[in-house]
Amino acid sequence: MTSPRKAGAVARLRTGGPRRRPRAGAQVRGGVPLPLLVPALIGLAFLLVPLIALLIRAPWPSMPELLASTAVWQALRLSLVCATAATVVSMLFGVPLAWLLARVEFPGRGLVRALVTLPLVLPPVVGGVALLMALGRNGVVGQWLDSWFGITLPFTTAGVVVAEAFVAMPFLVISVEGTLRAADPRFEEAAATLGASRFTAFRRVTLPLIAPGIAAGAVLAWARALGEFGATITFAGNFPGRTQTMPLAVYLALQNDPEAAIALSLVLLAVSIAVLAGLRDRWMTAS
Amino acid sequence: MIRSARRTRRMLQVTGAGAAALLALSACSSSGSDSGGKPESSAAAGGADKVSGTVNVFAAASLTESFTRIGEAFEKEHPGTKVVFNFGGSDSLAAGITSGAPADVFASASPKTMQVVTDAGDAAGTPATFVRNQLEIATLPGNPDRISSLKDLTGDDLKVVLCDKAVPCGAAAQKALTAAGLELTPVSYEEDVKAALNKVVLKEADAAVVYRSDVKAAGEKVEGVEFPESAEAVNDYPITLLKDAPNGEAGKAFIALVQSAAGQKVLTEAGFTAP
Repeated sequence: MTSPRKAGAVARLRTGGPRRRPRAGAQVRGGVPLPLLVPALIGLAFLLVPLIALLIRAPWPSMPELLASTAVWQALRLSLVCATAATVVSMLFGVPLAWLLARVEFPGRGLVRALVTLPLVLPPVVGGVALLMALGRNGVVGQWLDSWFGITLPFTTAGVVVAEAFVAMPFLVISVEGTLRAADPRFEEAAATLGASRFTAFRRVTLPLIAPGIAAGAVLAWARALGEFGATITFAGNFPGRTQTMPLAVYLALQNDPEAAIALSLVLLAVSIAVLAGLRDRWMTAS
Repeated sequence: MIRSARRTRRMLQVTGAGAAALLALSACSSSGSDSGGKPESSAAAGGADKVSGTVNVFAAASLTESFTRIGEAFEKEHPGTKVVFNFGGSDSLAAGITSGAPADVFASASPKTMQVVTDAGDAAGTPATFVRNQLEIATLPGNPDRISSLKDLTGDDLKVVLCDKAVPCGAAAQKALTAAGLELTPVSYEEDVKAALNKVVLKEADAAVVYRSDVKAAGEKVEGVEFPESAEAVNDYPITLLKDAPNGEAGKAFIALVQSAAGQKVLTEAGFTAP
């Protein structure tokens, strides 16, 4: 939160060189050892070359035409709306969950924490199948939603939000929980001794304290939701304008029009970079 | 499909080769086998009659059940051989072959994808249509919505899924709908035929337009409804030996078995029709 730290972090990123002010573990004196430098550069190339290849192979002359179609904008708009909605859902439920995991001692807490992170490592398709089993028209919960309220989630935009929130929320929970653990609980205790209820302490003291962590988690969750494919196509299906998000459009375009797929991928890439760049300062402070 | 021994070997290669492995990965993922099969296959190159070694068959996902059975019959008929399958979407298989995946045989679900391979000059000879597939409506068991024709799917209260137009089953469904003069708004355009079928298997959708062979493969979980317009959208399955086949003799023998009466019987039992 403090601005000098933020400025320092940003400056460090911009210059990339060593800084005057010493900071534990922040820099290496002398040359970078080769056994570290070589794999590091291979790692960097591995992450960047595919993205650069996308730019090189892009059908630039036909780009305007490929991107002019309403289907592209429909998919992009849906992606942005759904990812944002999924992030809001994740924050509404994820922040309290993170607080529970970080601040309340209860039996099996370690297990619960592990289970919360499960969607992170689960293949997204498995997540989609699990969601169908739970919230599908015949699902464990879904059949009651259907018969009592007439709500069915598969094949709806709400279903997309559910699928995206399922895979994105763990990112937020982990981020916020980490921040909470790092935050000093004595501030909350002090608030409590001054007569604040636990909820008031959370709202007035803890929440502002961990705001950067929440922001960082929200960005991560949003980015994850934006790129979600497997759970979405499994749980929500694929219908243009209703459930067809950009990743789905890319995948299906790849089947018979690879050029269109590259063009769509670039749009998604540009949007992701724009958002991460726009939130860079907040992102850096939290990390 | 991928046996663990080979996977371990591949993983060793990957970890050992370092940076080069990154390049090798793409080849590995699209191929059903690797150089491990070579020593056996080079033994076969000597004797023309004696078929042995590993046959790498790239086949459309819809052939999974029937080709697995034919593969077992092949191994029994030619002791010492091993049939390794790479089942997947025809498009991605074709892409794998044209980028150099070591395959002996390619069986595609559509002439269009086969043409990708022939245009690239990767086929040995002319591909032959070995089987046909026709569309059918898959409904919930017992057909509770009393669907008897394509027209019945256009009702508002039915949740119908189709394959996306980008994949062969979706293109065929569109053709059939056009032939019937019908317009149908599904709840979803699924990414492949199995995905469409599974939405009905899971009872999330009331009906799907899929291949007859897929309805058969699903057994009791769905009920098939035939419709006359499916004749307008029959899908031909071509098969071919590949030019750079590591084990061409065995590949040829496998194709012969597919086209033989025994092979055709397995395929028709699976819901395909003879060409």
